[in-house]
Amino acid sequence: MSDLLAARSQMAVSLAFHIVFAMVGIAMPVLMVVAERRWQVTGQDVYLDLARRWAKGTAILFAVGAVSGTVLSFELGLLWPEFMRFAGPIIGMPFSLEGFAFFTEAIFLGVYLYGWERVSRRAHLAAGVLVAVSGAASGIFVVIANAWMNTPTGFELVAGRAVNVDPLAAMANPAALPQAVHMTLAAYAATGLGVAGIHAFLLLKDPSNAFHRRALVIALLVGGPAAVLQPISGDFAARHVARYQPTKLAAAEALFETQAPAPLVIGGWPDVRTRTTPGAIEIPYGLSLLAFHDPRAQVKGLDVVPRDEWPNVPIVHLAFQLMVALGTYMALVVLWAAWLGWRGQDLVSHRWLMRALTLATPMGFIATEAGWVVTEVGRQPWVIYGVLKTADAVTPMPGLIVPFLTFTLLYCFLAVIVGWLLYRQIVRSPQVTE
Amino acid sequence: MSLAELVAGIIVVALNAYALLGGADFGGGVWALLASGARRERRRHLIAEAIGPVWEANHVWLILAIVLLFTCFPPAFARLGTLLHIPLSLVLIGIVLRGSAFTFWRYGGPGDETQRYWGVVFAIASLITPLLLGTTVGAIASGALGDEGRGTGEGFYQVYVAPWLTPFTLSVGVFALIAFAFLAAVYLTLEAQERELQEDFRNRALGAGVALFFAALAALLLSHRWAPRVREALIFAPWAVPLHLLTAATALTALAALWRRRWRVARVAAATQVSLILWGWALAQYPYVLPPDLAVEAAAAPAVTLRLVLAAVALGALVLFPSLYYLLRIFKSRQPSEVP
Repeated sequence: MSDLLAARSQMAVSLAFHIVFAMVGIAMPVLMVVAERRWQVTGQDVYLDLARRWAKGTAILFAVGAVSGTVLSFELGLLWPEFMRFAGPIIGMPFSLEGFAFFTEAIFLGVYLYGWERVSRRAHLAAGVLVAVSGAASGIFVVIANAWMNTPTGFELVAGRAVNVDPLAAMANPAALPQAVHMTLAAYAATGLGVAGIHAFLLLKDPSNAFHRRALVIALLVGGPAAVLQPISGDFAARHVARYQPTKLAAAEALFETQAPAPLVIGGWPDVRTRTTPGAIEIPYGLSLLAFHDPRAQVKGLDVVPRDEWPNVPIVHLAFQLMVALGTYMALVVLWAAWLGWRGQDLVSHRWLMRALTLATPMGFIATEAGWVVTEVGRQPWVIYGVLKTADAVTPMPGLIVPFLTFTLLYCFLAVIVGWLLYRQIVRSPQVTE
Repeated sequence: MSLAELVAGIIVVALNAYALLGGADFGGGVWALLASGARRERRRHLIAEAIGPVWEANHVWLILAIVLLFTCFPPAFARLGTLLHIPLSLVLIGIVLRGSAFTFWRYGGPGDETQRYWGVVFAIASLITPLLLGTTVGAIASGALGDEGRGTGEGFYQVYVAPWLTPFTLSVGVFALIAFAFLAAVYLTLEAQERELQEDFRNRALGAGVALFFAALAALLLSHRWAPRVREALIFAPWAVPLHLLTAATALTALAALWRRRWRVARVAAATQVSLILWGWALAQYPYVLPPDLAVEAAAAPAVTLRLVLAAVALGALVLFPSLYYLLRIFKSRQPSEVP
């Protein structure tokens, strides 16, 4: 394994690990706050129990998210010193803002988790709201920095150096809005449906359990709208990528040649040697329609850049298909539940819906990981699109396979422990009947 | 004062806050590790109660310092990440294990045997991380990260190991560890509600306070050979003698206050003492971010970035300080127990 590949792998593992906890940290506070508010309004203790249990799970996940986020902020320098030397002054600004958002989040999470008996009911709920708001803000700031790597703005390149730096223009880069919307929705959709799926599974065994029934409703109310909106935001993001990052879209869609109109390529395994995708289904006009909302539009293929500037096409194509498929499934299940709910039916008695929701438990997280593979692998060989190559940004330190394996082992170990702790929390769920 | 100097000063303020707050959380872990005897579990419980609500907020000071460093002094961050890759990676492993083990220990469920192991992991990580953090600071202070990022010479060992593995850097590591343990013990005298626990931590604070003096002496002696530039400044700079006198005065005040069980006075004095030592380091290596060749002005980002970051810091401070005050008032304002 080359040092570059080891560094990329370590960064990928660190990000893939952190993102799960970051998403939960964004969305779980909303669930806790809704449950607590329901308790204050209805006086039903089952809601208080729910809020406290969710808070307990959040405490574990947030702590792991906080420390794995710290690892990432250091790894920018440990693995990519040349990237930071270039990008720091231009795009450090959202990281600084994120620092303060994270401060607010950590402070009020402390108040929320430990302050049940120490602050007034209203102050406690307000602390939860602040955690939710600052959590979302933290995520958005970090995504803005990532968006800049995809569509770099706010500087001029003169002889390999950045001049006329404008950090605000860098923050307002074209990809910032579509990416921030897509990622924030992903956090609510994945976490909401993840929690809903767990409680749906438990309701299959114990359909009259009031605790799980209420948990399911709150989780669906938080995750459902996001899951339905996500395909729309995905369309917005994809049209954006078609315009600003044509190579990434071409790789995601396995479009080797520039075409007008361009077909939508579903499935298959792209073969970069023959520039075909065996096993794929082609829908004529499909890609032109999706990417430009015009059946005759020209879509740029991989042939617009030299062969050595292609990303890994099979991986990007596969990850993109996976993301779209899982996102579609989640949106459809939510629409099904919404339709049943709208007709005044009891969702829990629809066992197939409960099964479908159970199946969706990990889907949002898998879809998000796949989405990050599309955006990160799809940008290669660039770390800053069109400006700096990943190979030129890596540290000169040799033997990077050692830290890669160390951190991978550490994270695998932590993942197992966290999974086991959460499992113990779930199996000890209370028996409350209606 | 230039913009770059102002930002550099803010980074030192963040590190200072991290040392006083986050440092004490590590120190608490050290005392949890060393806890023995009849009141062992009660002491561990007190430490966990003290750390629980605040450690995550305290930890953010380090992130703030790092973020300000890479935004405003990117060459310094790049060089640190390259030459100190090994100790910083180890610090990160320590931080990850400390934070997650603490949460697993406190939130993992019933207090069975497995839960107790997490308490041990938390405590060991609390011991190792400050050692390595101190070693990193020692490496910066010793001026071994110069020569345009080639460490102390050619070859893997000279570039990536030698800069941070010297008797001096290790002595700074030990110093940091003892300083954090000292702070934690002093704070815990105030947190303790029982007379016996107060006495336990008073004894520990006194011991750590004396040990801190010897650790400082060792670091100073070793700096003669390994960190001559910083040593020079710490002895001959115009501010050196007043600073040392002030530090000595706060150190003696802290010990005297502990002796006479004036916990609040001891807390202020101990925190001032550690802050003064940190600022002594910062002043001693001024005007360099990374001595001997990377100066504050030369390493600074363009002025527009510095100005925006300062605006963000000002804005952030407006949110941060009231929030922090609120947090500490809720969890740290209990009066010490009135035990006759």
